[in-house]
Order: sequence, then C-alpha cells, then structure tokens
Amino acid sequence: MSSALKRYLFILFCVIVAALIAFPTELKLPYNLFNRSGEVTFKRPVVDLEIFGTRYTRDFTLKQGLDIQGGTQIVLRADMSNIPAEDRETALESTRQVILRRVDLYGVNEPVVQSSTIRQANGQIGEFRITVELAGVSDPTEALELIGTTAQLDFRLQGIASPEATVSAIAFLQSFEPTELSGADLKRSSVQFDQQTGTPVVSLEFNPEGTKKFADITKDNVNGVLGIFLDGYPLMLPRINVPIIDGRAIITGEFGLEEAKNLSIQLNAGALPVPIEVIEQRSIGASLGQESIRNSVRAGVIGIGLVMTFMVLLYGWKGVFADIALLVYAILTIAIYKLFSITLTLPGIAGMLLSVGMAVDANILIFERMKEELRNGKPFELAMKLGFGRAWDSIKDANLATIFTSLVLINPLNLPFLNTSGLVRGFGVTLLIGVLISLFTGVIVTRTLLRLFLKEHSLTK
Amino acid sequence: MTAHIFKHYWLYFTTSLAVFVVGLVMIAQGGLKPSIDFSGGSVLEVKMDVSKINSSQELEERIDKIVDISSLQLTSQKTLILKSKSIANEQKDAVVADLGTEFGTVEMIRFETVGPVIGRELLLKTVFSVLIVSMVIMLYVMNQFKDLRYGVSAILAMLHDTFVLFCAFALLGVLYNVEIDALFVTAVLTTLSFSVHDTIVTFDRIREIRKKEPNITIKEASNKAVLQTLSRSLNNSLTIIIMLATLVLLGGTTLRWFAVALLVGSITGTYSSTFTAIPLLLLWDDVAKRWSKGK
Repeated sequence: MSSALKRYLFILFCVIVAALIAFPTELKLPYNLFNRSGEVTFKRPVVDLEIFGTRYTRDFTLKQGLDIQGGTQIVLRADMSNIPAEDRETALESTRQVILRRVDLYGVNEPVVQSSTIRQANGQIGEFRITVELAGVSDPTEALELIGTTAQLDFRLQGIASPEATVSAIAFLQSFEPTELSGADLKRSSVQFDQQTGTPVVSLEFNPEGTKKFADITKDNVNGVLGIFLDGYPLMLPRINVPIIDGRAIITGEFGLEEAKNLSIQLNAGALPVPIEVIEQRSIGASLGQESIRNSVRAGVIGIGLVMTFMVLLYGWKGVFADIALLVYAILTIAIYKLFSITLTLPGIAGMLLSVGMAVDANILIFERMKEELRNGKPFELAMKLGFGRAWDSIKDANLATIFTSLVLINPLNLPFLNTSGLVRGFGVTLLIGVLISLFTGVIVTRTLLRLFLKEHSLTK
Repeated sequence: MTAHIFKHYWLYFTTSLAVFVVGLVMIAQGGLKPSIDFSGGSVLEVKMDVSKINSSQELEERIDKIVDISSLQLTSQKTLILKSKSIANEQKDAVVADLGTEFGTVEMIRFETVGPVIGRELLLKTVFSVLIVSMVIMLYVMNQFKDLRYGVSAILAMLHDTFVLFCAFALLGVLYNVEIDALFVTAVLTTLSFSVHDTIVTFDRIREIRKKEPNITIKEASNKAVLQTLSRSLNNSLTIIIMLATLVLLGGTTLRWFAVALLVGSITGTYSSTFTAIPLLLLWDDVAKRWSKGK
C-alpha cells in the first residue's frame, strides 16, 4: 500500500467519523413521488458507551449563543464597601453561588454565572463583577427577578417527619415548619474558632427581639433541628443542643475555614452576600436571532456554492479536488464544533464563512505554483512536488498573522486588558479553527487526492 | 514582459489620497459614530404596528415624557429603535407599556444597556488589542525580511488599510447612521492580519526574483513579482469577496455591517499589497538613491 493510499484511507476514516457527528440528530425530508407524498426521517444514533464502567453519553448538538437563541446577559457590580478587604473575594464567590443556585432552581438551560475582578493600574482590585448569561430568558424583567435582590433568610423547625421524608428531598424539606425568626432578627454572624478543637465555627448574634424569639424556640425544642433557609433552600441544618437565652449561638460542624466564612457572609447579608447593581444588560428576543441565522446560513450555502463553481471554472479537475477538500473542511468544522461544544454566535458564523474563503487560498497558491512550474517545462510529478513545497512557505507565513490575531480576539488567558466580549470571542474562535482546519484540508487532503486520482494526461488546463 | 505597472508608481498614491480626503471630510462631519458599546447608553428595539405612527416627531415627544431619548429610528423590518442615555429596566417597561396603549401589541426584540464604565473599558481594551496585534505583526514582518525597507512598507500599507476602513465607516455613518461597535473593531483587527497576508506573499516573490537575478532593478523585480502573483492574489481575494458579498446581500440584518467592514477590509488589503506596499518600497529606494547622489 502506497503512503498516499494510506493517507487517503486515514482521511476517509476521519471524514466518515466527522460526518456522523456533524449529521443532524434528526433530519426530515419531505418527498413527493408519483402523487404519494410523505416524509423520510433519518436519525443519528446517540453515543451511549460504557468504557471501563464509566458511562459516556453525548448527543452532539450545536450550542447556540445568546444572540441566536435569544436570552439575556447581565453584568452586575458588587458593592463591597461594607465588606472588609480580606473577605471580599469570598463574598464575591458566595454571591456567585447564590445566583447560580437560583438560576439552576429556575431551570435555565446551561446558565453561565462568572465572577471577575477588574484591577486598577496600581494592581488593587477596583471592581468586583458577576456576569450572568441566561439562554432563553429574553425578558429582562424576568431575568432580573430571577437573579433577585429580594431573597429571604428564615429559620424553620423540623416537625414530625413523614415516612417519605427519608427518601424524598421534597418531602424532607416540607417537613420543616416556618418560625417567626427571620434574617431581620439576626444582628451579625462571624467565624470563630472552637477553643478546644481549634476548628472553625459559625457564631450568630441576635438583636433583642430576635434573642427573645430564639430563646423561646430553643427552650421548647431541645434536640430539635432548626434549619436556616435561604430562598427556601436549606443553608445549614443545626441541631439545638441546649436552650440559648442570651441570643448568642455557636454552630459547630465539619466545615473548613472557607466554608465557614462563606456561610457567615451569607447569613450576614440575609439575602445576597453583597448588594449588587446592574451595569450592563443585553436582552435579545429569539425572533431576531432566528431570522438572522436563517438568512446567514442560506447566504453561507450560496456563497460556498459560488466559490466551488469558481474553483472548477478556474482550475478544472484540480478545482474539483479543491472542492472536495472544501466539503471535507465543512464537515470537519461542524464536527469539531460539536465535539468541543463550542458556542456558535452570529459573528462566529461570519468567521466560519470568511475562513471558507480563506480555505481555498492554500489551494490557489499551490495550483498557481504548479502551473508556473509546468510552464517552465517541469514534468507533472515534479511540478506538483515543487508547487506544494514552495507554496507551503508562503501559506505558513501568511496564516501566522491570522492565527495570532484570532488568539488576541479569543483572549484564552482571560487577560483583563484584552477583549472579553462573547461575540468577539465567538468570531475569534471560528476564525482560528477555520484557519487550522483549512491548513489541513487545503494542503494535506488536496495533495493526497491529487496524487491518487490525477494523472498527467487528465490535466489539460 | 514589457508591461510596466510601476513606471509611474506615485500615481497609485493619489487613489489612496482621494479616499483619505473623502474620509477626513466625513470624519469632520461626525461620521464616526460610537455605538453604546463605547459611549454607554441604552437601545430598545420593539416590533409593533408602525403604520399607526402619524409623525415620528409626535411619537418622540410622547416618549420623551417618560425617558429622554436621543434618537428614534424606523427600520425596514417594521421595527422601532429608540436610543437614550443608560436607563433602568423599569423605565424601559414604562416606555413599552405606554407604546402598548397607543399601538396595541408591542414585542420587545432587544434591549441593551451599557454603563459608562464598561464603555470606557472597552475603548481601552480596543486600543490595547490594536497595539498588540500591530506590534507583533510588525516584529514578525521585520524578522521575516531582515530589511527595514520591506518591513516598514508592509506596516505602512497595513495602517493605510486600517485608515481606509475608518474612512469607509465615516462615510457610511454620514449616509446610513452606521455606528462603530465592538464588531467593527474585530473587523479592523482581522483586516490587519489580512493586509500583511497578501503583502508577505508579494514581497517574498520580489526577494526570490532578486536572488535569482542579482542584476535586475528593484522596480523590474517588483513588476515581475506582481505579474507572477497577480492571478493568485486576485483569485484568492475573489473567493473571500464572494463569501462576504453574499453575506452582505443575503445574510441577517444583525451581521450586515460587520460583513461590510470585513469586505471593505479584504478589498483594501488586496489593493494595498500591490498598489501601496510596493510603491512605498520603490519610493524609499528612489529617495535613498537621490540622497546618496546629493552627498
């Protein structure tokens, strides 16, 4: 088996695997034949493997960005003025967790909640931010309510547990009954250390009214569980060991210092650990994105068709092979998107289409070189070898600049002084993937195809 | 071959000069309009029965009572776009509710609010990324050619392309109120890399020819190189132009101006590698010769 054939088989294998991944989960084709119409449905099998006891399930779908499927992106600024400097990062993290839990409970599909700090020129942290992306929630009012500034901290007593409570989480939570004690009665909470064991504990201190309520509850319910709930979700479930009448309680447990700090911050604020304020908000209705993506995909298909025709008109048979390489490029691109769950945005689609235009560049460079070498009287085999070899230097040089630019746009290291906008990143990612794949298809795939299928005599152009 | 593309190479500078003059006039007219990405503010786009609008002046006065809007625009997709200083969600709800009493169903298509801090940050980030990309490309080109003349010419051509892009958008700003947003900046950065892409290929060829034929003048070498690479440059640019042009003509409305920016960038990038970078190289050569003669 020649090396070209081996390479060809390898490429064929890659393409088949990629095509399987790239194929839509379900493709419905309506037909109309001899007055009998109907629909054929092709289905792609869902990957469901068990490798060494680990189950691996993936149904490869394209992930759509907020600008396509509609949704809301909100950037919040956390007001840290009342938090001591050393606790600020913990406070930011627990705010993030509270928000993440809320949007999770609400059932938003794959919510993104990220915290970030913006440093000033002197290296000090200037601002604490949280970015929330909610796909499918295109009503900003709904989104803002979801993130919420009106959370409730309250204390609930565990009543007589029903038998299901041990097996069902909902029944377990329902077994808690509200008390009169709420976040408003709490004066402050802090982290202390147990004098005997040295482990961190969370202390609570109630205001006069709270002290009275707390004393009543603890007197009547020794050995009962007094759960602390945030937004109806249990934060801690401490047991009452002794009646506490002075309004000072200590919660011991198996928590580390960070966890204790986190709990204490959440208790202090009652709701979100720190007050938050909206500084940027973008809501896109689903209809806008859907219209745009339909048109852009159609434009892309027409554009690819035109480029393919152009290549055949210019380079004849060689153009056909370049076109095959271009199709391989398209299949590989979609497969890589699905494989690495890359989010597709509208600028990303522009980047993809742009890289199609660039993908044939390598072919054009090579074919033009080959033409020249043939004109200089070199035999076909040698002309091809020289064409590929000489063109490679130019291809490499020319693409390096694009690769670097796309890296600056993607900002993979999350450098604070470079772009962090999702749309710009979306474009950068597709451009980078496009250039890399096009190097593979434009050079290796085309060369293999030419070597195997194109003989000198068939070359008239 | 006898064709002399660069006999009167300075003529090519006049084309660029004409574009620059038009561009500068447009910039002076306030053609470069920053979007809320940079300036901060709010944009609200709603879909409603726009045929019920009697006069946009009346409508503007009506909305101004709730929120002080800076512009009101009817689009070809029968939507209404309102722009204002940064407003809160409640104020937007009030506007939508008010429009509802007059025009029936009002569907919110998008609502974007950018605080002034974010806008300033983006501006800084933009300047940084443009500086970083051009610096690295500069170092790369310098290292590639090890000859100051080639490097400087390539970089001047690249700056030329960036400026052409700004001129084009200043013109579009005056004609169609097109704004400069984060995606425009992305297009500028992409143009930077495009621009050197073609220039490197042409310059590579000039050096190759001069190595093979040491007696040839730089002008003749350039002429030969361009004739040899012309079909490649044109064909390659044509495929990119085909893709971008279909996207401009048929693609979604949200992407249109981004695609236009990329299209302008790729056209000027192709033009400049032949008709700006090489003439600059020749000009340098001529000036240097005259300089040494004068001494």
